[in-house]
Amino acid sequence: MRHLFTGAIAAFVMASAAQAADVMRMAVTTSFNNSGLADVLLPEIAKDLDLDVQLLVVGTGQAIKLGEAGDVDAILVHSRSAEEAFVEGGYGSHRTEIMYNDFVFIGPKDDPAGIQDAEAATAAMAAISDAQASFVSRGDDSGTHKKELSLWAETGLDVAGFGGWYNAVGAGMGAALNTASGMPAYIMSDRASWLNFGNKGELALLYAGDPVLFNQYAYLPVNPVMHDHVKNDLALKLEGWLTSDRAKALINNYKINGETLFVFNAKEAE
Amino acid sequence: MELFPMKASAIESRRRGQQLVGPIDLTLEGQGATVVIGPNGAGKTTFLQLLHGTARLSAGRIDWACSTEEARHHQAFVFQRPVMLRRTVLENLSYPLRLRGVSKAKAEERARDWASRVGLAQLVTRAATVLSGGEQQKLALARALICDPKLLFLDEPCAALDGRAMREIETILQEVKAAGTRLILSTHDLGQARRLADDVLFLLGGRLHEAAPAEAFFNGPETPQARAFLRGDIVE
Amino acid sequence: MVDIWSGITQAFWLVLTLDAELVEIAGRSLYVTLTALAIACLISLPLAALIAVKRFRARRLVIAVLNALMGLPPVVVGLIVYVILSRSGPLGVLGLLFTPAAMIIAQVIIIVPLITSIAHQSIRDLWQEYHDLLISLNVTQSQKIWTLLWDSRRALLTAALAGFGRGIGEVGAIMIVGGNIDHATRVLTTAIALETGKGEFALALALGFVLIGLAVAVNLAIHWLGQTEREGRW
Repeated sequence: MRHLFTGAIAAFVMASAAQAADVMRMAVTTSFNNSGLADVLLPEIAKDLDLDVQLLVVGTGQAIKLGEAGDVDAILVHSRSAEEAFVEGGYGSHRTEIMYNDFVFIGPKDDPAGIQDAEAATAAMAAISDAQASFVSRGDDSGTHKKELSLWAETGLDVAGFGGWYNAVGAGMGAALNTASGMPAYIMSDRASWLNFGNKGELALLYAGDPVLFNQYAYLPVNPVMHDHVKNDLALKLEGWLTSDRAKALINNYKINGETLFVFNAKEAE
Repeated sequence: MELFPMKASAIESRRRGQQLVGPIDLTLEGQGATVVIGPNGAGKTTFLQLLHGTARLSAGRIDWACSTEEARHHQAFVFQRPVMLRRTVLENLSYPLRLRGVSKAKAEERARDWASRVGLAQLVTRAATVLSGGEQQKLALARALICDPKLLFLDEPCAALDGRAMREIETILQEVKAAGTRLILSTHDLGQARRLADDVLFLLGGRLHEAAPAEAFFNGPETPQARAFLRGDIVE
Repeated sequence: MVDIWSGITQAFWLVLTLDAELVEIAGRSLYVTLTALAIACLISLPLAALIAVKRFRARRLVIAVLNALMGLPPVVVGLIVYVILSRSGPLGVLGLLFTPAAMIIAQVIIIVPLITSIAHQSIRDLWQEYHDLLISLNVTQSQKIWTLLWDSRRALLTAALAGFGRGIGEVGAIMIVGGNIDHATRVLTTAIALETGKGEFALALALGFVLIGLAVAVNLAIHWLGQTEREGRW
């Protein structure tokens, strides 16, 4: 009996030590994860850098918090103002743009608010508000949510005054799309999550293309001055890779159903 | 290790304001069998528990020839309804020995001896809880005797048993008494009292109403209540 | 309806082909919950016995608190453990957040009150039964506890399996303290939540059926090992 016990302990210790690779933790947004790009990039990173990147998939708000607390080594989010505040507060050492995708408007196939022919994103949103058509919002302080709120503001409408047609679900992109599919309702989603979404039901992509809907992703290493335990060397190594031609090729060639999702726009790291 | 003489001075047991037993003064010597009799509610069970130490004294003291702790070590108690451990007969018998640090092999050997002695040899691997009432009480008795106690208490040991089981138990009691074990038992059965007693304690309303050697008591009790009791009348 | 059927067939297929990812997360589910169960039993069972036999003034209060803790929402436990284990929290230096160890800690906290409560009730009942005999035999406190634990082992096993059930199906706490990291802290329940969130209902259902099957298998295995149905032995 004792032998069994010590044997089990030994196996456990060995198993934990088995990873020869370096390990770092990165907080990324649900929209990034749901796009499926991570599943393409991570194995390549492991191969090229012998680096195991553990992803915590959370909303932008929580990603920022994780970076502030020092519970991760880097973050990859898409909310410029939050990112700048992050660097300004000393939590991130710097901000590096990597790529962008776009947001699209999804809604019921029969388009009760008639946004398909809208001239601009703001016009589409005004139409939804006028028609008081059901709308699902992320409501979770994520990059997508912040984008949506900024658009409502640009349209000149006050979210606080919206009636019951506006549903803030406080959830990730996939869960929010599920809710929209179930209602059915309008929703603003990133293109990648929509293409990857498995429960489309009555929904269809109704409006896209307005440049204001472009969505910039940026990489921010957590500041080692603030948290000296973070694996800053690994974070910088990853940054180098993410801004390299290798990453450019992988990102630009990533397609779902023949459609590219992301456009690589990192400047070469100095 | 000599337990006796045992001296109980003004011992009492009170619970919730009710006087259950006492005050009682009593001295016991080290030989034979003392039988405690009396009507229901007289306090026989509580009295035995006080002497054994499993019920707390509300007043008074009990002094043994040795220390109280040593005295406890050499006593055993058989309850009115046997308490069976949820184990086999053999394990029940070995239990008191194992508690005292006896090795498993030795304990089981002694357990088998005693099982044979009380006629339970065929049942050693059976779960104790499935035995009949008589078998369980014999098991309880063997378990009480397995550590060779100098003093054995029995609280109405045959109350729930048929004639045959009662006879088997009384035979064992006579044997251990002859071998030198001091017995203190309570009983309802006057016939059993007559068969086993060397001296008698007659309890009534928690007080020691009469104490006498057996022959003297049964042939000519002093108090009217004792006489009434022996006659078979209801006594309060 | 289509989803349920495709969920069943997908589950069957995943198990049959011993899908690598499935094996990994199922194995991790078992590892986390069984480890938590072992640790919790080491705490709960002696504690339950102690509460059952020791006379102390605050006993009723302790039992009431224990029963109340059973209703503690697991997600709240997860949140509290998260705050404590975060780098900016008191135990941050241990670096345990987002590891299976953190998940084990959270699960231990969740199932200890449950196991203790159930075990305590059985032990207390047995103590009432054995009381006169054990007192008369002059048992020491530890002999008393050992005897009660051993003789109520069947009921204690039930208590442990109740704890296991609570743990294997738990998702809120371990999601928060584990982070559901692929290849590191993802288990069956968090994977189900993830796939559901992606709209992949069939896969989520498949994982669900595997989880149920696993829980049933563990229960059966433990009962078989303990041979609890054999008459007369317990």
